[in-house]
Amino acid sequence: MSECNHGSNNSRRMTDKLLTVRDLQVRFGEGEGAVRAVDGVSFAIDRGETLALLGESGCGKSMTALALLRLLPQPVGHIAGGQVLLEGQDLLALPEMRMRQVRGGRIAMIFQEPMTSLNPVMTVGRQIGEVLAAHKGLKGRAARARSVELLGLVGIPDAGRRVDEYPHQLSGGMKQRVMIAMALAGEPDLLIADEPTTALDVTIQAQVLELMRDIQRETGMAMLLITHDLGVVAGMADRVAVMYAGQLVEQASRADFFTEPRHPYSRKLFAALPDMDKRDRPLTVIPGTVPTLDQSFHACRFADRCASAWRTCHEVEPAWLEEADGRGVRCHLYDPAHPNPPAAGSEAEPDRLAARSAAPRDLLEVSRLKVHFPIHKGLFKRTVGHVYAVDDVDIHIPTGRTLALVGESGCGKTTVGKAILQLLRPTAGSVRFDGDELTRLRGEALRRRRREFQIIFQDPFSSMNPRMQVGDIIEEGMVAQGLVPDAGARRQRVEELLEQVGLRPEHARRYPHEFSGGQRQRICVARALAVEPRLIICDEPTSALDVSVQAQILNLLKRLQLELDLAYLFITHNISVVAYLADRVAVMYLGRIVEEGPVDRVLTDPQHPYTRALLSAVPRIDTDTGREVIRLEGDIPSPSNPPTGCHFHPRCPQAMERCRQAYPDRFERGSEHWARCWLLE
Amino acid sequence: MRVKLPAAILLLWAAAAVLAGALGLDPDRIRLELILAPPWEAGWLGYDDLGRPLLDRVIAGARTSFWVALWVVSLSAVAGTLIGSISGYLGGKVDRVVVHVIDIFLAFPGILLAIALAGILGPGIGNVVIALSLVGWVGFARLARAQVLSLKQREHVAAAIALGSRRRRIILRHLIPLLSAPLIVEATFGVASIVIAEAGLSFLGLGVQPPAASWGSMIRDGTRYLLVAPHMVLVPGLAMLLVVLAVNLLGDRLRDRMDVRLR
Repeated sequence: MSECNHGSNNSRRMTDKLLTVRDLQVRFGEGEGAVRAVDGVSFAIDRGETLALLGESGCGKSMTALALLRLLPQPVGHIAGGQVLLEGQDLLALPEMRMRQVRGGRIAMIFQEPMTSLNPVMTVGRQIGEVLAAHKGLKGRAARARSVELLGLVGIPDAGRRVDEYPHQLSGGMKQRVMIAMALAGEPDLLIADEPTTALDVTIQAQVLELMRDIQRETGMAMLLITHDLGVVAGMADRVAVMYAGQLVEQASRADFFTEPRHPYSRKLFAALPDMDKRDRPLTVIPGTVPTLDQSFHACRFADRCASAWRTCHEVEPAWLEEADGRGVRCHLYDPAHPNPPAAGSEAEPDRLAARSAAPRDLLEVSRLKVHFPIHKGLFKRTVGHVYAVDDVDIHIPTGRTLALVGESGCGKTTVGKAILQLLRPTAGSVRFDGDELTRLRGEALRRRRREFQIIFQDPFSSMNPRMQVGDIIEEGMVAQGLVPDAGARRQRVEELLEQVGLRPEHARRYPHEFSGGQRQRICVARALAVEPRLIICDEPTSALDVSVQAQILNLLKRLQLELDLAYLFITHNISVVAYLADRVAVMYLGRIVEEGPVDRVLTDPQHPYTRALLSAVPRIDTDTGREVIRLEGDIPSPSNPPTGCHFHPRCPQAMERCRQAYPDRFERGSEHWARCWLLE
Repeated sequence: MRVKLPAAILLLWAAAAVLAGALGLDPDRIRLELILAPPWEAGWLGYDDLGRPLLDRVIAGARTSFWVALWVVSLSAVAGTLIGSISGYLGGKVDRVVVHVIDIFLAFPGILLAIALAGILGPGIGNVVIALSLVGWVGFARLARAQVLSLKQREHVAAAIALGSRRRRIILRHLIPLLSAPLIVEATFGVASIVIAEAGLSFLGLGVQPPAASWGSMIRDGTRYLLVAPHMVLVPGLAMLLVVLAVNLLGDRLRDRMDVRLR
């Protein structure tokens, strides 16, 4: 089996190889029950090349990266076999002393969470200085000068001042830039970036990705980019390696991969992505779950979830099949040694969803909603100012329809949701639900009304009481509202709800920690449905989930909306989810809605410069080179001190004098589509 | 070793307390011929200044300290947890008042306050329980309040509010079960300090009244004969030392197991 990527006949390319990984094995634990987190992974990276390692959570991609640097969690994780050759030198055989020079010096790494990867009690300059001292022998004045230079290189404005600041004084995007500066300080040949932009907002993500591309072009550094986001892969990678259950299942150049993914798993990943064209049918889902890795496999690991699987797939482990151009796949479909399946299981086109009734009336009307949080300071806790989290927001949602509220973190979209539910009392404005003013309801009257509007949270881990059984969790609303007084009938209803969201009745007696993220989110949906609400506020319900699991939850929400005539307020930053699910979109910036309209109009013909920048910053899988990212400078301003005039003007590429002075009026662009921007006047 | 020995000591303590009535003890019988007799001359542990058997009296004292500790810890844990979690959950004016009350209680040295209270209430074991509970709830309240302040930000609490659950149910089902771990640790250490506090109050004559036995009063009686009959102090003193040490060792162990941050 030719595990190595390139044939030895291609000697020119051999010399270009920076890193070669051969048959890497990572185990957790010993003996029979050991988890084979990485099971025979081989790849190579050329100088100046970007290899994207793509896969869903738990497939072993981060473990692969940590194993390269010998940074596996001790003492359980260990490398059980294989080679990691950095220009011919086996890193796995190096003594720890020499390995320390490799880390940060020849191979640098940046992590997903810039918030926790920096030391909070050291200035940025000293943290970069540590790397410079260790790998470049720079100290004192020279180190400081180089730190400032590096910060400038990663696009931090006013680097001379920032170098003396502490991490908490920087925004998330700035921190990730500092991480990149630290990684660059040792002038590495290879940068390993583990989900470098996953924790960042989409406009900030665009800045950071562009920065990484620029630096790579200037320094000729190679990059191993670990990600779950096909859009990021499309924008960054030269080659793509797909990982599933501890193995590589496909490797190809970016162009080949995006025009024709070979492995059924890769194809499913594309199919599971939500977008506008798939609106009228359910998304493709991958049935089942990733197999546990504490077993030895004698068949294809994906066979149980694969629509094209036939007998051979369940009996013989597929070999790595390599083509001349470095393309490879681990699937029997492409193996001439095995007879092809009797009839390639053609995937049935999912049923189209039924059309919906027209012209419903408004269920929720929010007008001039304001939520201001006072800022207290000093000895006597005097109010010195306000955070204008939500400032003058109007929202209308008809029965059975979905409004998506889109914006970056800190724009106030979650606060809008909480204020509508009266989990936070609004400072001013009105929230009318089915004609009744919720802001005036108190105590028992409000409590009774709560069954009609529910919420699903982002984090399915903290949104359930870990000490309660699933059955009790789902039952809670029915008990609180006195809906089904008879305990036996209530149990039966819980079982029905579990089936309705795709779980099994016997799950009622288990605890939340026994479930996966997607299953937990289903339980949360069941809990909300138990009180038969008419409006559900979905606060980023899929952003903590993998693409294939996200597709399941989106399908569930869409099906339930049709069956039960539910209205959704869908709070999200994910534009493709909006395109798939929403009827109308409202775009929020710094506490205000800047544009609102029907989903097709806003996404295809955005009017506000912010909406345009936001849409252009979303990484997309169609690799058309004509698309240009509108790059927004700087970060979102603080909502406690919003800019004068239009809040967006300091970042707006088209700002005019007038934008600095007055907040724009609402300008209509066609029916039901408006934006707040002076350009439209 | 780290678990078995302390556990054995505590079991012995509890058994002595529960079974004291059934053992046919005679802590008040006076044998004038054995006054101040040391352990190596008569009885298992010798005799005190009135000729009473120290073994019987130490077991009777174990019973006193055990029940006082049990009552005080239960009362102050229940009261403190409820007050603390309600205050933390409601916030606002209620919380401000409770915090001030807690601060005032904490500003006094606990044992002085207990002495003052026991003095006002009058001597007697029931009053000792009341006095120590009035001081003891503060620690639980402060801990429970701090935990609730962070727990109430969790989304499962928001979900329960959104479902229309009543406050009582949220506090009892969604908050208190989740803060039990640190409270159990606090309660364990509470037992040790209550044993010492009870002995202290009894030493001062504010606890059990003669002729009933308590480790504290036994030590007080013994101090007058410290040079001629040191066993009168050593026997109850060692009993107390062993119990407090055992409780603290087990408490450490429990904290290590329950504190996820240390894992």
